[in-house]
Amino acid sequence: MMIEFLQTLGKNTRASFTKLGRATFFLIQTVSGTASVLPRPRLLLKQMYSVGVLSFLIITISGLFVGMVLGLQGYYTLSDFGAEETLGVMVAASLVRELGPVVSALLFAGRAGSALTAEIGLMKATEQLSGMEMMAVDPIKRIISPRFLAGLLSMPLLAALFSAVGIIGGQLVGSGLLGVDEGAYWSQMQANIDFQDDIINGVLKSLVFGFVTSWIALFEGYDSVPTSEGVSRATTRTVVNSAFSILGLDFILTALMFGDD
Amino acid sequence: MQHTNTQDTLVGLFVAAGIAGLFFLSMQVSNLSSFTEHDSYTITARFENSGGLKVKSPVSAAGVKIGQVTGIRFDPKTYQSVVSLSIDVQYNNLPEDTTASIFTAGLLGEQYVSLEPGGSDDFLKNGGNIEITQSAIILEKAIGQFLFKSAEEKAEGKKK
Amino acid sequence: MDKSVSPQNSLVSVRHLTFTRGDTKIFDDISMEFERGKITAIMGPSGTGKTTLLKLIGGQLFPNQGIINIDNKNVHQLRRADLYSLRKRMGMLFQSGALLTDMNVYDNVAFPLREHTHLPESMIRTLVLMKLQAVGLRGARNLMPNELSGGMARRVALARAIALDPMMIMYDEPFTGQDPISKGALVHLIKSLNNTLGLTSIMVSHDVQETTAIADYIYVISGGKIVGQGTPQEIKQSTSEWVQQFMTGAADGPVHFHYPAKDYVDDLLSSGKRY
Repeated sequence: MMIEFLQTLGKNTRASFTKLGRATFFLIQTVSGTASVLPRPRLLLKQMYSVGVLSFLIITISGLFVGMVLGLQGYYTLSDFGAEETLGVMVAASLVRELGPVVSALLFAGRAGSALTAEIGLMKATEQLSGMEMMAVDPIKRIISPRFLAGLLSMPLLAALFSAVGIIGGQLVGSGLLGVDEGAYWSQMQANIDFQDDIINGVLKSLVFGFVTSWIALFEGYDSVPTSEGVSRATTRTVVNSAFSILGLDFILTALMFGDD
Repeated sequence: MQHTNTQDTLVGLFVAAGIAGLFFLSMQVSNLSSFTEHDSYTITARFENSGGLKVKSPVSAAGVKIGQVTGIRFDPKTYQSVVSLSIDVQYNNLPEDTTASIFTAGLLGEQYVSLEPGGSDDFLKNGGNIEITQSAIILEKAIGQFLFKSAEEKAEGKKK
Repeated sequence: MDKSVSPQNSLVSVRHLTFTRGDTKIFDDISMEFERGKITAIMGPSGTGKTTLLKLIGGQLFPNQGIINIDNKNVHQLRRADLYSLRKRMGMLFQSGALLTDMNVYDNVAFPLREHTHLPESMIRTLVLMKLQAVGLRGARNLMPNELSGGMARRVALARAIALDPMMIMYDEPFTGQDPISKGALVHLIKSLNNTLGLTSIMVSHDVQETTAIADYIYVISGGKIVGQGTPQEIKQSTSEWVQQFMTGAADGPVHFHYPAKDYVDDLLSSGKRY
């Protein structure tokens, strides 16, 4: 019984390490493949469409609602201390530092990441990747790298949109509905949100999340068992693993960026 | 080919919207606009105690932000705190006998430097020095003094 | 080796190939020759690794032992760039067609041309239409792959495979799951392309009738071994019971109808223990 347990444990450990090794090798190939994407912007453009444009709506709408909720909740909490004027700071700081990068990355993993995994997995299952190899076209360079680059570039843009729309949503609720002074909302925000510490760090976060989410999504698709069941499992793994990685990395990044303040 | 054209346009719109979002965050939301748009000049003020003042704390006059703190250091000779203030050049007519005080915005808010113009006809220039200052009110001290005072008053009241 | 295939004239030669997957030996020391300009078929029941053989020849899989030479070059010792330039001269027709699902028929056929050449778009158009005409689907150029029937998809894939005018084509089960008309069309296409373009064809199949109709030489494999080889005529007259069962499709023979089990009567009479 004990031996069996240890055996399974050892087997699983070995399996996860070999998978990590494959993923790392895959990443190296993908990143070095991006060099061959640059002379062909059309490939990138097409993927920016399916990764970025198709996530646009869900990101902006979610951003608006998150901002509005922040406006409401923030107002009720802050008005207890007579500090409604700092609502703008609260909404902007939470969006720019945390919610913008994190929530948009989670949505991105659900919308674009799962779609990428399913697409790559199906291409593998229908022998499209294999067929490409036999046509002397490297599927990593032709298929994977453009998608990776598109994910990496789209993520900060989506996160910025999420935050911007959210801040406007917070203002709509805060000063439109609850009567916080509009000038105070913006001026308090401008006085307290730092370009370097908040905006740049937020963008860096979303770049990291875009990198990791695209990597996970593409690898899970590329590494999936080429059957319909295998692809659906891989899609689930993409969403779960991306969520874990985003939240875990967010903690580490926050500790590094905002720790000594 | 119509199909790809629409796609191109949408991608272009998406990228433009994303960059507009970033621009909005930088200029409208953060303090980037407040110290890149204008040139500024620096003056210094010496305080007995600068309390919780920090670099980038705002400097205001009559409640309007006119600059920010760019440096705080301790002078080992006079045991004072030397605070450098960067003031927007459009406010270059601050009199020499301006008073600098450190106040707290609200009960829990952060500390800022408030400048109160005097009556002199000479203005402060770059590298100038503010002579009259009022230190930060340290909450613990203030409360301590208040308690001490009321205890004294009580004691006096009993004597009578 | 057999006298009818001379190694000098072969484009692809497989020598003492052994390939294992897990604990099972897919191929056990087999040798084959594929002659230039001829159609050579590999036959055998499903699951004998026929597709694996094509992937080994294409350099997508590595053998445990043995060598595969194409045009006197050892496929598995080529550097990546050389392997890729060799593959440009090899076409492969996958069982599913493996068309790129996000492009229409025209763009699929143009794909290898656009990837590997710098031809102007007008010339690519001419070439694509020529290839589509050859497979009879010039009129279907604007359809998407999901709008094609299985047989049409294979014909488009075939047009794509010959886009770069390769020296050889590998067919993976070209007839499986096709209706008789599609089968007939494919048989005709494979034969005529082979003759007009001077291709060397390697075909993997278990469709006896179609294969014997066009193949010049046939290898029959089973259990990782070659159990019979020769011209279609020789194969049909083979004395091997196994080959005879395969060719005639008899339900029972050396390959049993029943999955190995204990004696039927014993099994029925044994106590009614539930499993």
